[in-house]
Amino acid sequence: MTTIDEPIETPDVETTDLTIERVEKPEFDLSPQEKRFVGWHITVAITALMIGSMMGPIQSFQFSGLDLYPYLEPVIKSYYQGLTLHGVLNALVYTTFFIVGFANLTTMKGLGRSLSHPVINKVGFWTMLTGLIMTGIPILTNSATVLYTFYPPLKASWAFYLGLTLVVVGSWIEGLGFYLTLAAWRKDHRGVRSPFIALGGIINMAMWQIATLGIAVEILTMLLPWSLGLIDNTDPELARTYFWFTGHPLVYFWLLPAYVSWYGMLPKQVGGKLFSDSLARLAFWLFLIVSVPVGFHHQFTDPGVPQTWKFIHAALTYSVFFPSMITLFTVVASLEFAARRQGGKGLVGWIRTLPWGDPSVAAQLLAGILFMFGGIGGLTNASYSLNLVIHNTAWVPGHFHLTVATAATLSFMGISYWMVPYLAGKQLWSPKMALVQVWTWFVGMIIFSNAMHVLGLLGAPRRTPLGSAPYVPEEWNGHLLRVSIGGGILLISVLIYGWVMLRTALGPKVEAHLVPTVPIAESIRHPQLTPVWLDRFKPWLIAAGLLLVVAYGPQFIDQIFNMNLNAPGTDFVPWPS
Amino acid sequence: MSNGEDLNVAGAGPAGDGLDETALTMGIDPYERNWMRLTVALLVMFFTTVAIAGFAMGIQVTGAYQEVDPRTVLDTEPWATPGLRKIGDKEYEAYVVAQTWSFNPSEIEIPVGSTVTILVTSPDLQHGFKITDTNVNTMVVPGQVSKVTYTFDTVGDFPYICHEYCGTGHATMFGVVKVVPEGTLDEVSGDTGGDTDNEANSDEDDSQ
Ligand code: HEM
Ligand SMILES: [Cu+2]
Ligand SMILES: [Cu+2]
Repeated sequence: MTTIDEPIETPDVETTDLTIERVEKPEFDLSPQEKRFVGWHITVAITALMIGSMMGPIQSFQFSGLDLYPYLEPVIKSYYQGLTLHGVLNALVYTTFFIVGFANLTTMKGLGRSLSHPVINKVGFWTMLTGLIMTGIPILTNSATVLYTFYPPLKASWAFYLGLTLVVVGSWIEGLGFYLTLAAWRKDHRGVRSPFIALGGIINMAMWQIATLGIAVEILTMLLPWSLGLIDNTDPELARTYFWFTGHPLVYFWLLPAYVSWYGMLPKQVGGKLFSDSLARLAFWLFLIVSVPVGFHHQFTDPGVPQTWKFIHAALTYSVFFPSMITLFTVVASLEFAARRQGGKGLVGWIRTLPWGDPSVAAQLLAGILFMFGGIGGLTNASYSLNLVIHNTAWVPGHFHLTVATAATLSFMGISYWMVPYLAGKQLWSPKMALVQVWTWFVGMIIFSNAMHVLGLLGAPRRTPLGSAPYVPEEWNGHLLRVSIGGGILLISVLIYGWVMLRTALGPKVEAHLVPTVPIAESIRHPQLTPVWLDRFKPWLIAAGLLLVVAYGPQFIDQIFNMNLNAPGTDFVPWPS
Repeated sequence: MSNGEDLNVAGAGPAGDGLDETALTMGIDPYERNWMRLTVALLVMFFTTVAIAGFAMGIQVTGAYQEVDPRTVLDTEPWATPGLRKIGDKEYEAYVVAQTWSFNPSEIEIPVGSTVTILVTSPDLQHGFKITDTNVNTMVVPGQVSKVTYTFDTVGDFPYICHEYCGTGHATMFGVVKVVPEGTLDEVSGDTGGDTDNEANSDEDDSQ
């Protein structure tokens, strides 16, 4: 028997006494090869983020009339080509590679074992990378300036669609590797609750696999044959419905890994424990079932989708509020528990006791704070008729730079502050600079995002170089300037981040005890006391399937059976060359 | 925050060790239980508010109205001659074509207090249609007609802006609803139509 097969220690009354540490098991650690494998994901991710993020500030400068595009001319021909690069590299490539890499780590570390079929995950990774290159080339050569939503009948090069498909399929293959590993672990550990960080990451992959069926079908049955010239026309409304089947759960795919860290790692980093193992699991299962059947809330203003379905999805979207509020409570309670244990006092005064000097902790705490505002804005977006005020205005990018670009991205940056040193066997280069990075992101984002929200309320459209739009009234100018200022601060933050990562990765190897370890939080209550139904995939997958059929089935059937392939688009390339 | 509840079950061992698997509870902290109740209450409140706004107060979003063939839609009426049509006292229909990269008509003039049913479609790419400072906001999708109704109660210029990326000229694609004081509009005409098709609209004028 190997050490990992040992039965877990018996929970007893003492273990719930919060002051007593449990006996540490001899720990499984990733082999150098495994670390390198995870490291490749993270390297691709951060590279994509660095390139993609460069475009963001440049866009924001355009808003107040500082037009840098002439200097980018050799590669980037227009605001829109840059925006395509920004959306695809940040929102699709950076996130997917980081999330899958992180899921490799949490699966292995959580379960305390290697992948059962590492070759599957290798195939998955190389498929993703091939896809990335195939997608990148047409974007950089300006033959896919269709933004990251690629709404037909804007027609990109076939390589763009095929590349995206490969990225998605690659992530499915890696997901399969995780399921098989979990199954293998369970075989050896009958009756034992799956460790939370592993389960959380794998639930996220399962949700992603269900969700991405939408764009898979969209691309394979419509866009790819169309871009190859096999069919002449598209059905743009059906394409939108397919896209948003994937598009909304995409946002939970970005967030749940941050939640894995907030629930399952951050408490350890701040010297505490997870407040409630049961509710952490419940939240993840609820996200699995309610993330997908809500996509029509992105189509509130679409012609071609009846109001009834939009309203049903509005109601279902509200249900996502429930696991989000559980998360808020549980995470804050875990933090408070840790702070009070270390002498924190007062109703909110305990917050100061948290280890704010640790950049990884500070990043995640600040990400969480901004996410609360993102959540409130999200409720507005989801509120059916209220959506009319802000749909497709600058409010929307204002909103999701708090969610994906902060709650997820800033948390991932925080994670990378221990993970990259851990994977590379190094020490973090200059935790001080890392702290500066974290705070500049926070401040820059508050300015940027607030200005974007206000512009949206005033009626400024999104996806628009507002610095050169003819209809911009005087009144917007101050806010446009604030967008640029926020963008400038964010630019500094991104550059520091890239520098810290580079110096860390290239830094000298240090002795093992100086290298950070993977923080894994225990829960206050022993996980073995969590009911079994919170550890089973089957009931939740069935529930997810049923809800999908009810919430999406009728409208999908209607749109597919009445499909009108009649939109050819333009007979010229519609974007600037 | 107490975890008193847990202590009752905490004495049991893991599976196969005398633990009654069926008797496990989630061990929810009483504060958190109340928090969850509050969440549900909030949700019910949000939902009710939105239902009232949408269905009792009639602040409605676009629905499925009509499908057209984007390849031929501009060849036949009413889309062959987009513009404003007077259909009653202070009631209008505005047929608006959103195309790369302009709106036709690009100006709609109406007396204050008018109710306008706006119908928009696109023969080429997806576009957006949002009238600043109003609740009029819809996607324009080739193959579909978007229909929205709005009553303009204040005098002023209300730009309508394309808010979906549609290529090169996207940032310059807009038009204006001019809401003018009663009596200042040439009431004989009533129709303002588009830049290009005032003749077409004059047919309509005759019928008034
Ligand atoms: C470095 C800081 C960043 C700045 C200053 C920035 C700025 C901007 C601006 C000005 C826009 C264009 C708004 C428009 O025209 O509608 C935009 C769009 C967007 N950004 Fe960022 N951004 C940053 C980082 C990020 C990150 C980290 C992510 C995601 C991980 C992200 C995801 C997006 C997405 C998905 C869009 C929408 C693209 C589209 O509409 O097609 N951004 N950003
Ligand atoms: Cu959404
Ligand atoms: Cu446009």
